[in-house]
Amino acid sequence: MAAAEPTQLTHMSAAQIAGTIATGEVSAVEVTQAHLDRIATVDQDVHAFLHVAGLGALAAAEDVDRRRAAGEPLGPLAGVPLALKDVMTTADMPTTCGSKILERWRPPYDATVTRRLRDAGVVILGKTNMDEFAMGSSTENSAYGPSHNPWNLSLVPGGSSGGSSAAVAAFEAPLAIGTDTGGSIRQPAAVCGIVGMKPTYGGSSRYGLVAFASSLDTPGPLARTVLDAALLHEAISGHDPCDSTSVDAPVPPVVAAARQADVSGLRIGVVAEFSGDGYQSGVQARFTEAVELLESLGAKVVEVSCPHFTYALPAYYLIAPSECSSNLARFDGMRYGLRVGDDETRSADEVMSLTRAAGFGPEVKRRIMLGTYALSSGYYDAYYGKAQQVRTLISRDFDAAFEQVDVLVSPTTPTTAFPIGERVDDPMAMYLADLFTIPSDLAGNAAISVPCGLAPENGLPVGLQVMAPALADDRTYRVAAAVEAAFEQRWGGPLLAHAKGLPAPEARAGMGPDGGSR
Amino acid sequence: MSITRDEVAHLARLSRLALTDAELDHFAGQLDQIIGAVARVQEVAAEGIPPMTHAVPVVNIFRDDVEEPCLTPEQALAGAPAAEQGRFRVPRILAED
Repeated sequence: MAAAEPTQLTHMSAAQIAGTIATGEVSAVEVTQAHLDRIATVDQDVHAFLHVAGLGALAAAEDVDRRRAAGEPLGPLAGVPLALKDVMTTADMPTTCGSKILERWRPPYDATVTRRLRDAGVVILGKTNMDEFAMGSSTENSAYGPSHNPWNLSLVPGGSSGGSSAAVAAFEAPLAIGTDTGGSIRQPAAVCGIVGMKPTYGGSSRYGLVAFASSLDTPGPLARTVLDAALLHEAISGHDPCDSTSVDAPVPPVVAAARQADVSGLRIGVVAEFSGDGYQSGVQARFTEAVELLESLGAKVVEVSCPHFTYALPAYYLIAPSECSSNLARFDGMRYGLRVGDDETRSADEVMSLTRAAGFGPEVKRRIMLGTYALSSGYYDAYYGKAQQVRTLISRDFDAAFEQVDVLVSPTTPTTAFPIGERVDDPMAMYLADLFTIPSDLAGNAAISVPCGLAPENGLPVGLQVMAPALADDRTYRVAAAVEAAFEQRWGGPLLAHAKGLPAPEARAGMGPDGGSR
Repeated sequence: MSITRDEVAHLARLSRLALTDAELDHFAGQLDQIIGAVARVQEVAAEGIPPMTHAVPVVNIFRDDVEEPCLTPEQALAGAPAAEQGRFRVPRILAED
């Protein structure tokens, strides 16, 4: 059989790519080269990558081809290319976290997630752009300039894992790793029209994930299909003795759930606080349609009130900055990264202050000072202490809801992608992008975003969020896969086929994802 | 509750951030707005509600006291802004007088 065309290779799912490599129809090197070519063609416009490791990627692909030829057993993602968020350490590539303070820093070790990807034969193409130290919702806080949304290059791709979402939506990689602290996987996935999953906290290892808010940070998958996300989820998950908060329990059966794609008899709760007037009309329209779809597929839908969810955002903006102010104290210009003003006369204290002022961007500075404030004596009880109590209230809302229903659903984001520059110096407006995603971070449970159509007013993608109890990650995949299959049948293909400016396969006739007929 | 520019200057010192006057002016207004918004947590966090730090409760995690591979001195110093004699070289930490 003739080798597949390079364009086809970049537009295949990870599962399809792994399948064609396994049968010998195409080599891992050909697949990797096709993606490197795609990056060379589009990334000057998308700016998803901060570093492309072409030679390393081809060497990793060659190794997969060699092992296959030798008859060695290969995993389900062997030879599949991936874009890695630049917050995960890599011994053979720089790790900047989108910050000047770590410009050109090369870590001396691989993160556990990095190591597991390599062990699975996944080919790491390079490191993706992000808001500095994962603080932001647009990638505009990157010291290296923003990434662009493949649906419309003047819009943000979401954040903080916006380089990862843009890379996957632009067909530069079928898979990407992101990290979610307040929504940083699900929100960029939603606004780029792809799938993004935040696993249960502790389900995926934080070892080698440069810390922002340690009680929240969670690595997870981004992909164009629910099954691909599940395959990547499984590859990176599982207990890690190097992470003291790693959960020592079996990985939930996420791949089986994605293949099951069945919601009949499932009890689904619509979060009352996150729907209705007051949110973007097209987002609400698509969300309502998704709920009706779930009902038509045999799910039992009820409305559930989670009265404390609207307090999640303020609680988050006390807890995350507090942890950040502590974690980022390590960037002191002494052991790694930038050092400024060391003229043999200045003290370590002065050099430290000059280094941090020069190395951190405005959002990181705001959050460090906010966290320092919330943790200072006199304010600790009124702010950090109260926020931790609110965390309990949110967790109790989830517990009460999950006594009535198996999963909760909401839109992933209040709005579709917004223009680059619109919110960049308006922190409170930027923070609202994570309004619906933060509760699952604070409670530490599992949540996924899956495309559910286009907002009629602007033709931009909308995400459906599915939340499940801690360690019940598989339920989110079961629902997301059912939604994906039913919508793709209705639309005549994947949502990404409608992204402008990208080569897309022919869409069949049917009802358009914006609700109109085509 | 509001925050003054002087308080923000104090926070910047505590945070080891040598901010310019323009930055202090800018951040003071923004932090005041953010602190005003996050103070909403005080509306619902009543007495007696326990604080929560982690989703899955964790206790101290120990491993067996056996040697495991670790970084070599060369690896540990590879990213240092300055190093000499196998150590990190740092600016003076004591005042002149």
